[in-house]
Amino acid sequence: MTTGLTSAPKRTFVARLADWFRRSAGALALLCLSSVAAAEWGLNMTPGVTDVSVEVYKLHMLIFYICVAIAVVVFGAMIYSIFQHRKSKGVTPATFEGSTKVEIVWTSIPFIILIAMAIPSARALIQIEDTRAPDMTVKVTGYQWMWQYEYLDEGLNFYSNLAIDSNLARQLGSEIDPESVENYLLEVDKPLVVPVGKKVRILLTSNDVIHAWWVPALGGKKDAIPGFINEMWFKVNTPGIYRGQCAELCGKDHGFMPIVVTAMADADYQQWLDEQTGRTADLAEPADTGSAVTQTAVVDDRERSMDELMAAGEKSYITHCSACHMVNGAGMPPTFPALAGSAVATGDIAAHIDIILNGKAGTTMMAFGAQLSDFEIAAVTTYERNAWGNATGDVVQASDVRAQR
Amino acid sequence: MSTETLTHDEHHDHGPESGLKRWLFTTNHKDIGTLYLLFSLLMFFVGGAMAMVIRAELFQPGLQFVDPAFYNQMTTMHALIMIFGAVMPAFVGLANWMLPMMVGAPDMALPRMNNWSFWILPFAFTLLLSTLFMPGGAPAGGWTMYPPLVLQLGDAFPFLIFSVHLMGASSIMGAINIIVTIMNMRAPGMSLLKMPLFPWTWLITAYLLIAVMPVLAGAVTMLLTDQFFGTSFFTASGGGDPVMFQHIFWFFGHPEVYIMILPAFGIISEVIPTFARKKLFGYEAMVYATASIAFLSFIVWAHHMFTVGMPLSGQLFFMISTMLIAVPTGVKVFNWVATMWRGAMTFETPMLFALAFLFLFTIGGFSGLMLAIVPADLQYHDSYFVVAHFHYVLVPGAIFSIMCAVYYWLPKWTGHMYNETLGKWHFWLSTIFVNVTFFPQHFLGLAGMPRRIPDYSTQFADFNWISSVGAFGFGLSQLLFVYIIFSCIRGGQKATDRVWEGSHGLEWTLPSPAPYHSFETAPEIR
Amino acid sequence: MAHTKDQYYVPHGSHWPIVGSVGLFLTMIGASSMLNGSATGKFFLIVGIGVLMVMVFGWFGVVIRESVAGYYNSQVDKSFRMGMLWFILSEVMFFAAFFGALFYARQYSIPWIGGEGNNFFTNLLLWQGYESTWPTNGPAEVGGDYEAMPPMGLPAINTAILLTSGITITIAHHALKDMNRRILSLGLLATWLLGFLFVGLQAYEYMHAYEAMNLTLGSGIYGSTFYMLTGFHGLHVTLGATMLLVIWLRVLKGHFTPENHFAFEAVAWYWHFVDVVWLGLYIFVYWL
Ligand code: HEA
Ligand code: HEA
Ligand code: HEC
Ligand code: CUA
Ligand SMILES: [Cu+2]
Repeated sequence: MTTGLTSAPKRTFVARLADWFRRSAGALALLCLSSVAAAEWGLNMTPGVTDVSVEVYKLHMLIFYICVAIAVVVFGAMIYSIFQHRKSKGVTPATFEGSTKVEIVWTSIPFIILIAMAIPSARALIQIEDTRAPDMTVKVTGYQWMWQYEYLDEGLNFYSNLAIDSNLARQLGSEIDPESVENYLLEVDKPLVVPVGKKVRILLTSNDVIHAWWVPALGGKKDAIPGFINEMWFKVNTPGIYRGQCAELCGKDHGFMPIVVTAMADADYQQWLDEQTGRTADLAEPADTGSAVTQTAVVDDRERSMDELMAAGEKSYITHCSACHMVNGAGMPPTFPALAGSAVATGDIAAHIDIILNGKAGTTMMAFGAQLSDFEIAAVTTYERNAWGNATGDVVQASDVRAQR
Repeated sequence: MSTETLTHDEHHDHGPESGLKRWLFTTNHKDIGTLYLLFSLLMFFVGGAMAMVIRAELFQPGLQFVDPAFYNQMTTMHALIMIFGAVMPAFVGLANWMLPMMVGAPDMALPRMNNWSFWILPFAFTLLLSTLFMPGGAPAGGWTMYPPLVLQLGDAFPFLIFSVHLMGASSIMGAINIIVTIMNMRAPGMSLLKMPLFPWTWLITAYLLIAVMPVLAGAVTMLLTDQFFGTSFFTASGGGDPVMFQHIFWFFGHPEVYIMILPAFGIISEVIPTFARKKLFGYEAMVYATASIAFLSFIVWAHHMFTVGMPLSGQLFFMISTMLIAVPTGVKVFNWVATMWRGAMTFETPMLFALAFLFLFTIGGFSGLMLAIVPADLQYHDSYFVVAHFHYVLVPGAIFSIMCAVYYWLPKWTGHMYNETLGKWHFWLSTIFVNVTFFPQHFLGLAGMPRRIPDYSTQFADFNWISSVGAFGFGLSQLLFVYIIFSCIRGGQKATDRVWEGSHGLEWTLPSPAPYHSFETAPEIR
Repeated sequence: MAHTKDQYYVPHGSHWPIVGSVGLFLTMIGASSMLNGSATGKFFLIVGIGVLMVMVFGWFGVVIRESVAGYYNSQVDKSFRMGMLWFILSEVMFFAAFFGALFYARQYSIPWIGGEGNNFFTNLLLWQGYESTWPTNGPAEVGGDYEAMPPMGLPAINTAILLTSGITITIAHHALKDMNRRILSLGLLATWLLGFLFVGLQAYEYMHAYEAMNLTLGSGIYGSTFYMLTGFHGLHVTLGATMLLVIWLRVLKGHFTPENHFAFEAVAWYWHFVDVVWLGLYIFVYWL
């Protein structure tokens, strides 16, 4: 770690312990005030911000209350029996052994209750499954471990990774207090942006293993299955930022591929869209977090200094590469090779650029050529060749990468 | 060798062999039952130790102890070991000990195969556990082994597949033995509808096992060939579908969860009447309910897959069939309550565990019913709500029923009473902590915490540490269980033959401890 | 007290099961290591299989001697029979998994990839131009061009062979009951010869498919289901034919009586099971 990225507050053991006690005490206090607890802790499902999510929430509460009602009856009978029908009270046991009549009764009543539950459920389900007539369509592809968003009609296409400060804090033994990171693990470098009041259809698929796209406030989840496309839709009613996570085990960093959806008023959305596609923004520098690349044809071959490349490279590296090669470049052999001291990262520059651009077939080392700009690849290559004791002194420029595309 | 077997067969009423040979070569149902039970206890601790690693890591947000890859290995191994190593062998062990005694048979029907079905297990788990030390680590794709993720395993992959094959072979042989014993070895006069419920539920469970374990074997075989021999079962580019594996897996997997609960129903149906001093209410309804649950369990499997993008009609079908299971299960619950009703109850440890089972399993059943509602499951699925659901049915369900059975029959097995005071302590500690562990997980899931993650956003911190504290408490309480068992084996107050005042059934007509050979001449049932 | 017919025979300790477990263990270690590319794997595999063979011979040897010595009463016999039936049922379910895969691929995954049902976009965005058909090696034409296996020719002959063998074993069974040992042994001889003939023809079919038709295990879902189903069936036929051979040898040694011939019947049941599976295969894999 060469730059100042990791200077977030560290926690000593004592501080953590103190914090632990503070939290425990607070929690116990809250337990006593359960109504407060309900508000502060998120005890229940969110009603969410779409008609469907509200519908689902109501259904959830309905079945919950039905279960509570049945529980009151059944547990009531049990508790009564436990206290009244005990030997220590001197009762003599009754001798009845069964009754077809009551069996029929307590078979039919639950049956009727279930039918009553099934009807609204089926109705809600039919609504959820109706993906017809969308206002816009976004294709979402799961990767180990990030999401790709393609706005099919607008020709916009970008990747969304775990935000860098969460990524640093979540490393084993990072000593960074998660509490000090805003939206820890629920922040991305580039969120999915959608307009409110529009029916957004999501076409879900995956590039490698199964993932699942879940934003609770939007009302549910769906699996992203390699080789198939699943459809889902939502229509957000209120502008805001809604957070979710990958919900299907997809390997090591399954816990670290969040989803953020920003819903904006239509006008704001249009403006955002213009910025993204109209190439009005300054493309010279990648967005702050390092990966906001849209597929553009703009060539950017400016020469950069070593420092500039190293700084940008570290950001890109942490965002895109550290999941496998680890922040300290040590990898996780034998599955993920170390880059510190690696023959590729200290040897032929062309071969190094090549594996980043084109990946390596048959392994999880994917091709980053489509995902990262020339500048970013140059930066990350430079970084890998000079970090963690790989002191080659090589400087790779965007033009070098372009030449190899 | 065989002539030696033949010659010393001349005398019949011998006791056990001595030393290690007794346990390696035994064909005695009680020895084999003991082996199964001890093995299952060991595996419960191994799987539990892994759960402790999970809970330790989840104690606070941030990664403190293990890296994410190892965390996934822990959840996967924890589940496989608990299911195939702890719960299933415990039930088979109980069946081995009790079925011949309950139906009045001299032994299990196929004693040599009985030995084999046990002795496969330690080897199967050696294979599985050895993967922890391999390059790439142990299986980490979840116990559900979904492709393509599971195909990313390192050297562990074929070991995982073959150990599952071995566990399957063991279960199938065990199941065959149980069916044959029940169908062929009942004492004269014991018609099926005079048979106690524990054999009944096991009979049905054994059918389930024979029907679904081979399907699991087939499913993992397809994984193996997809990985090593170029087949395309689970790859779209070749015309297959990763979801196809899920269908085949859950065709096994859902009946499997009933395999882990039906014998528990049997145990509870033995224990409650004993301590209520009243006959089981609605015996026949209980039998039919069990059979209906088993039947329905074959047509609900896709409720684990509501998010995979099934056609609407499929989702509706599986929703409704799943909800229907609540009906026969409800019948069982109501019959147990009716058995207690106007009985004369006492609350020894087995009864306490049975009552806790009744309450907590029902809570787990309710959450199961909520999961069956498709629109709601789109929110619940793969969240901690599911984790809470299945731990409620598995820990205070299956595990509590096993503890209940152990306390209930331990005096018959050892000839000694266990320490009742310690038993009550064990019960109360377990019951309190199990709720502290798993109840908050409902909230976590509803608030949006996905399962199978080693680290979480800070808003989930509070319920997670509570759950972890509960888990450590629950785990430590189990040390007491072991102590109680072993001190009971070593000595204690002598148990009478009937042991419990309200006991009923053939097993209580035998002396305590039960003799090495049960009914050499079959008892007559009126 | 000697073992008498009025008592259920409970054998004493036996070392065969644990030998079997060790054999399985070694086999599995060997197979796994081989698949992982380790050179020692083969050694474990061979030793493991060897131990298993010894176990099978030893264990069955004991059972046969006990049976001949008259330790088994009719109740024991019934246990064996039930055990065998339930074992066969478990085998049926094993095949069901693969048939399930076949049906699923044909009914669901392939049409979906072709854009049917709610998978319009699957076809449009991922597999454009693919039309669902059967047989198929998938949209990526995994394994390259191949020819499908026609139902006529060898498979039809094989069907006839297996059906005939089902008749010959029934003849043998009747002969056993009628104490006609010559017909019994001839019937058995014919059955196991037909069985091995089937296996031989199947092997020929495989070779032809691999070499002339480029139909391999890797030929997409068609090749996968074709070889897995027929392959596991072939393994079962091999096993069944071997058991028939053993039974035949036992008949030559004078074993079995009209009342007491569990082993014979078990093998006959197994053979019928293999037969029925083949009919399913012939219809669903070769024909439809
Ligand atoms: C012993 C094990 C066991 C048992 C008994 C059950 C019982 C049930 N389970 Fe559960 N289940 C699991 C083990 C078990 N489950 C496991 C391990 C998983 C997760 C697997 C994984 O993904 O890793 C799972 C997951 C699971 C899911 C998938 C969730 C998801 O991933 O999204 C669903 C969905 O329908 C479900 C439903 C049910 C239902 C309806 C029952 C019913 O049988 C419950 C019936 C009982 C009652 C309802 C209570 C008593 C009844 C009454 C008092 C009568 C009156 C009641 C009414 C009319 C409501 N279970
Ligand atoms: C029968 C099955 C069974 C049983 C008994 C248990 C028992 C327990 N389980 Fe587990 N569990 C599963 C089946 C089971 N589980 C399954 C199927 C999964 C899903 C896996 C997947 O996603 O693929 C799962 C997943 C799972 C998770 C979710 C992981 C995740 O999704 O990331 C968690 C987290 O809390 C958990 C916890 C526990 C705990 C605390 C216990 C406790 O009850 C264990 C208590 C026992 C002991 C602790 C052992 C005894 C005591 C000692 C060893 C002494 C030492 C003790 C201390 C040092 C304290 N289990
Ligand atoms: C999903 C996991 C993953 C990610 C993310 C990843 N890699 Fe890799 N990488 C691998 C694997 C696996 C290999 C080993 C390939 C092989 O078998 O040769 C590898 C190999 C390499 C090598 C060659 C190392 C050597 O010594 O052989 C370099 C250089 C490299 N990666 C750079 C990168 C860069 C730069 C990034 C990010 C922009 C990145 N990787 C992201 C998995 C990954
Ligand atoms: Cu992607 Cu989990
Ligand atoms: Cu289920």
